[in-house]
Amino acid sequence: MEPRQALKLNLRQWDLLIRQARSANVLARLRYLFDSEGILKQIPAQPYAHILSTQTYADRFYISLNLEVACIQEALKELNVPLVLLKGSAYFIAGNIAANGRIFSDVDILVPEDKLLEVEIALIKAGWMTNTIEPYDQKYYRQWMHEIPPLRHLKRQTSIDVHHNILPKTTRFCPDANKLLANIVKIPEKNIWVLSPEDRVLHSAAHLFHEGEFAHGFRDLSDLDLLFKEFSEQENFWVKMLQRSEDLNQQVPLYYALRYTHKILHTPIPKNVLTASEQQSPNRIYTKLMDALFLRALMPNHESCNDRWTGLARWLLFVRSHWLKMPVYLMVPHLLRKAFRRVSGKERH
Amino acid sequence: MKLARLSKKKVIQLLKTGGLRLKVGGFNVCLSSSVTEVADHLLCLYGHFDVVNNEDFIDFYTSIAPPSIVRRFFRAQINFSFDGYIPFKPLPYNQASAMFEWGLNWCIANYSHHYLVIHAAVVERNGQAFIFPGTPGSGKSTLCAALVCSGWRLLSDEMTLVSIFDGLVYPVPRPISLKNKSLEIIRNFSPDVIMGPVVDNTAKGAIGHVRPPDESVELGKNPAKPAKVVFPKYLEGSNTDLIPLSKSRSLLKVAENSFNYNILGFQGFNTAGDLINASDCYEFKYCRLEEAVALFTELAN
Repeated sequence: MEPRQALKLNLRQWDLLIRQARSANVLARLRYLFDSEGILKQIPAQPYAHILSTQTYADRFYISLNLEVACIQEALKELNVPLVLLKGSAYFIAGNIAANGRIFSDVDILVPEDKLLEVEIALIKAGWMTNTIEPYDQKYYRQWMHEIPPLRHLKRQTSIDVHHNILPKTTRFCPDANKLLANIVKIPEKNIWVLSPEDRVLHSAAHLFHEGEFAHGFRDLSDLDLLFKEFSEQENFWVKMLQRSEDLNQQVPLYYALRYTHKILHTPIPKNVLTASEQQSPNRIYTKLMDALFLRALMPNHESCNDRWTGLARWLLFVRSHWLKMPVYLMVPHLLRKAFRRVSGKERH
Repeated sequence: MKLARLSKKKVIQLLKTGGLRLKVGGFNVCLSSSVTEVADHLLCLYGHFDVVNNEDFIDFYTSIAPPSIVRRFFRAQINFSFDGYIPFKPLPYNQASAMFEWGLNWCIANYSHHYLVIHAAVVERNGQAFIFPGTPGSGKSTLCAALVCSGWRLLSDEMTLVSIFDGLVYPVPRPISLKNKSLEIIRNFSPDVIMGPVVDNTAKGAIGHVRPPDESVELGKNPAKPAKVVFPKYLEGSNTDLIPLSKSRSLLKVAENSFNYNILGFQGFNTAGDLINASDCYEFKYCRLEEAVALFTELAN
């Protein structure tokens, strides 16, 4: 739908739009969209109040995020490790439009695996400490995951995820992290790096189409839409994009990212790029099944967007994410252990 | 149409089906609930509130419901949810109505950043808003209830909404929540006061709600100009003492008592600053309500 169409909505329809956008965590992003169309002032007063409230919150969030990034930079300045930001904070520092109205709780950084300990110690010295006390979780993260357990700052209560890769080591299609680090881009006039544009897309796609949580699924899909729109202005972007997905073993996530941004958000993607990536689909029946799952799971997490199959679709994709994440001999004991702890009341999620 | 025009049966039916839609100050609130006590609470305390028509915009979709069918019958509990999101842990079933009030406070405090939201009671007389910020136990609701029972207009007993645009105080007249001894004090102060059922053993002790005056509800959309900021302190056996407080100290105290001062940033500072500049500021010690009411009434004349 074109943003201007919103001006034709009646109050009941605005009411639903605000609810869905808030549930999907894109209300602040909606505000940017209306602003870029110059129609912010024409929005009826009642929905406008909610948009304004979320804008105030988002503005404050950006100030905090700037401070947080500066604190992380300060904490790591003695180390010979580049500060590589990932996801939301990377979009923000790089000035990508995908940062507009994107509110999130953790800063994610990428460091070479052999520097993990150094970085962790430096952060702990600067006031961050680990949340996850449970020895099993500590071991699970450090042995199998692509990040160490999240660290939380004692005073500011902010969270940082230190990654050494973008997918767990156990994933079948885990990329080579050295290749990611080889292509990082420096932010002008700052001592901060981000992944290359293609890698930012692949990270977002890998995250959305490998993970089993869809609470922010729609927002993440919108990130991909905005990244595609912005980067496709660069010369040869689509060629580089397809090539890079092969280098990093991420053809399948890219295929889904292209397919569902195009299908759901009508992202302008050249036909030949869609056709080329479709080679990743094993067969038409499988594609139909994945459509049935993803087209449901990627809707805003609001009752008005659900049908009777949405719950099942999200559950099946959750199971699929574990299937992709780890081999069966690791998954079965892990899930049993988690289930036992949940039943015995030691864990709430 | 006023809620009181609906039968209890109709209210229960609305709560159970699409939700009951009420105009609460400048907000339109939709409440769904399967709990019949909630209907009693609403009919007793919200009788004079307008029911929002079906075409109108709703600000907050709320619901009060048991977490699961088991929790309806075994150690019965209820959850508050804001459009599917559950911000709190469940409470015992008999606290359903109080939980609705707390939940609505939470919605307003978290989604109204076009106001500076101060944890304060606010009442009006002769066009002047008197703001009483205070931590729990400071006696702000008791003082607020006494003033309202003495003919002052209620804007809110819990949250003062100061617009970041015009600096005026916008009302959310709702039932005044009283705790423990305050319940008895207000019953004695104003014997004809209408109170909802008292629930014992909440996290805050015994809780009851005073019905807001019909006139205050009628004026639920009219803002008031801030005139006084008074920090009350109920002290057993104390005299009635109104002590001027410096503007700088008052500003800090308002900031401390605001829910979203840090989120508003510069706007928060400016709004709080303008509020303090426009108001006389005091600390206030009291234990005798009659004296307190007489003092403020004189101050407002």
